Parts: sequence; structure tokens; C-alpha cells
Amino acid sequence: MPAPEIPLFQARNLRTAFIRDLALRLFAGEILGLHGDSGSGKTLLLRALADLDPNQGEVKLEGSPRESFSGPRWRRKVGLLPAESHWWEDQVGPHAEHWPMEVLAALGFSPQVLDWQTGRLSSGEKQRLALARLLANRPRVLLLDEPTANLDQGNTAAVEAIVRQYLKETGAAALWVSHDPAQLARLARRRAMMKEGRLTMEDG
Amino acid sequence: MDLILLSPRDLGLAAALVCLLAALSWMLRLGIGRQLLVAAARGTVQLMLLGMILKTLFAQTSLWLIAAMTAVMLAVAGYEVMARQQRRFRGSWGYGLGTLSMFLSSFAITLLALTVVIRVEPWYQPQYLIPLLGMLLGNTMSGIAIALDNLTRNTWEQRHAIEARLMLGHEWQQAIAGIRRDALRSGLIPIINAMTTAGIVSLPGMMTGQILGGSPPLEAAKYQLLILFLIAAGSGLGSLTAIWAGSRRLFDERQRLRLDRLSARKG
Repeated sequence: MPAPEIPLFQARNLRTAFIRDLALRLFAGEILGLHGDSGSGKTLLLRALADLDPNQGEVKLEGSPRESFSGPRWRRKVGLLPAESHWWEDQVGPHAEHWPMEVLAALGFSPQVLDWQTGRLSSGEKQRLALARLLANRPRVLLLDEPTANLDQGNTAAVEAIVRQYLKETGAAALWVSHDPAQLARLARRRAMMKEGRLTMEDG
Repeated sequence: MDLILLSPRDLGLAAALVCLLAALSWMLRLGIGRQLLVAAARGTVQLMLLGMILKTLFAQTSLWLIAAMTAVMLAVAGYEVMARQQRRFRGSWGYGLGTLSMFLSSFAITLLALTVVIRVEPWYQPQYLIPLLGMLLGNTMSGIAIALDNLTRNTWEQRHAIEARLMLGHEWQQAIAGIRRDALRSGLIPIINAMTTAGIVSLPGMMTGQILGGSPPLEAAKYQLLILFLIAAGSGLGSLTAIWAGSRRLFDERQRLRLDRLSARKG
């Protein structure tokens, strides 16, 4: 399938204290795989794209510059899933308004999960619930920071399937950070590498 | 009832008790005798100086002298608020935030009390203005210092949870609402405690002073009540201002959490 002409999401001349003149484009429905050593700036890139750290440059979603969105509205559309999730209420339920029940089911949770205590979640449960919490916002772009790092094979497959399904249904795009070359080969048609704050696209 | 004037001998007797305590601390090797004597000496010099300054001030009723005096009081209180912060705001905000909040609350409440409640003529008569302002500044200072310290400390400790909410598209007010509420509450607790136990457990310092100075107890009680109410209003207003402006400063125009605007932890 040839890539559509207009990118869903694009960044140009993106700069932070660490990232230098970075350009990036994501097309509807695609996953761009991102890898690179620890400390190469992958997480900082995701934070800059979600506008969580001060940064300069031109970033557009569906042709509109991010300045035309408020910070919170931008972050609902460009959703960041951090490597470690955090929970501020005692129970799972209040962390989202409309939990996507089909996603929870696909991740192996019963509806009672919303009554669970957040203090007793395992790291794997947290990671899967954080994905469901993020998808509740119906973001147009997913910035996923090692979303399967704490998961076993079965759950990894479930997460991959859910993200693929979401992109297919909604035409959203994802930037997927992973240290696992096999996973990126499975998921991403295009791949990029981060090194010392610079991004290089890899062909093929 | 005549006012009994204190002679140097009377004060000397009381000071001798402090010296006795210092000697005791030296014998018991508490290691605090020197500090005790220095503090007692400092207090003596400061209060005597204040007495002399107020004597001149009361005799003159000059608006400029009074303004200068209140400016010094405010400046010192502002510094004290800043010094009590574990993580203070960088730059002019560090000193400005507490000082401005105290200025707004204490000066406004004092002015209100002088013109509307006590109705002093002229309103800047120093015998009323200086003690009132001093009481308000002193108490508002504690309230604001506690509230601000709570705000910045808890924001730092809960930064991950705050950012998790920002990532999910929450507004900054939502993301910090709980911390803000706690900070405000903590700023108001001292005055709530003071009002709760006033007259039962503790005789407030001002009332004690007035009674010793010869005022009828009921009159002293009324003044004490006035002061307590004013302090409550002043602490509340000051803490509200400081917390509102301070929490706004922790986020920028894109509603990012900006902990780089706080200094490193002190001590």
C-alpha cells in the first residue's frame, strides 16, 4: 500500500536542550519503530512531541500547528505512554472517564478491574492498564515508550494486537520505542534510530 | 488601677533567671548555654531599640517615618518566608512571591481594621498601626511560609503523578488541585488551632500584655478577639494569594510542569 501524500503528524526543526534539528513524519495507520541506546534521547523526543518539556520547532497534527491547540488538548490528541505509569487515585476506575471495555477485555481484565486498588497493581498490570487509560482519550497519535517492557510473551502479543487494531480502526499513527529488533520488525514498516539527540531514518 | 512601671532591677531579676538556666546548662553539658545567652542578649537589644524607635514614631505621627518602618518589617518578614522554604522559586519569585502576598493581605487587613473597625484618626496613628501590622505580619508570615513550603515540596514529591495527568490531557489546575488544597489547609491550621484553644489552654500574648499593662480583662479580650479574627483573615488571604500565584508559576503557558523554576533542595 503506498503511503498517503499528507502526513498525519509531522515535526520539523525540533530542538530541545538535548535534541538537535530533528524532523519526523508519521502517516495515518502506520507504526514508526524507534530504537537507540539508553540515554540517546528517545524518551526526551517523546516528551518534546507531547509538549511536556520546553522545545522549539514546527509540529503539526493533521495540518494544524500545535500552537492552535491548548497544551492539554494537544496532549489528548498526541498521547504519550511513558515507560513507567503513575496513578494518583486509590482505585483504578477514576483514572479515566470512559474506559474502553473491549480493550480491557482484550488485555485480559474483567470489568471489576476498575475497583482494584492502584497500590496493589503489578508492574505488568500497570503497564497494560496505562495503555487502556491512554486509549480512552482516543488519541490521533500514540507515543509508546517501551510499552511491553514488563510483559510476558502472551501479554506482549495482546498489546501489539490492540495497538494495531486501534490504528486500523481510527487511522491514528504510532511511534513505538523498543529495544527488541524482532518486535520492531514485526510491527514497523519504517524504522528510525536515535543517537546523541539526532534521529536517523533507516531504509528497508 | 495604676500601671506598675518596670525598673532595671525588676528586669535584671528576670534576666538572672536566664543566667541561672545558662549556668545549669553548662553544668549539665547541654551545650546550649552560649546560644541561650546570645538569644537573650539579641532579644534585649532588639526590643529596646524597637521601644526607642516607637517612642520617636509615636511622638511624631509622620506618615513617611511610619511607611519606612512598615517597609522594614515587610522586608524582614519576606526574607523569613523565603528562608523557610526547602525548595524556593528561582529568581525574583523566590523573594517576591511571599513578600507580595504578605503585603497584599497584611496591609489590606490592617488598613481595613484601622479605618472601618477601630476608626482611628488619623488612620496611620502609629500606636495602633504598628502593633496591628506586626501581629498580622508575624502570623501571616508563618501561614504563608508553611503553605508555600507544602506546595513546592509536595509538587516535587508527586511530580510523576502530576505529569501522568498532564500526559492524559488534564488541565494544570486539575493536576495540582489536591496539592493546592493541602497546602492551603496547612497554612490555615496554626490560626485555627490558636482560635480553638484561645482562653482555655493559652492566654494569648497580646491579651496577657494588655492585662499586665492594666487594661480591664474584658476590654483586653475584645481586642484579642479582633486580632484573632484579623489574623485568620490575613493568613487565609495571604496563603490563598501565595498558593494561587505559586502554583500558576509551576506551570508555563503550554501547561507543562516546570520544576526547573524551583531551586535545588536546601540543606
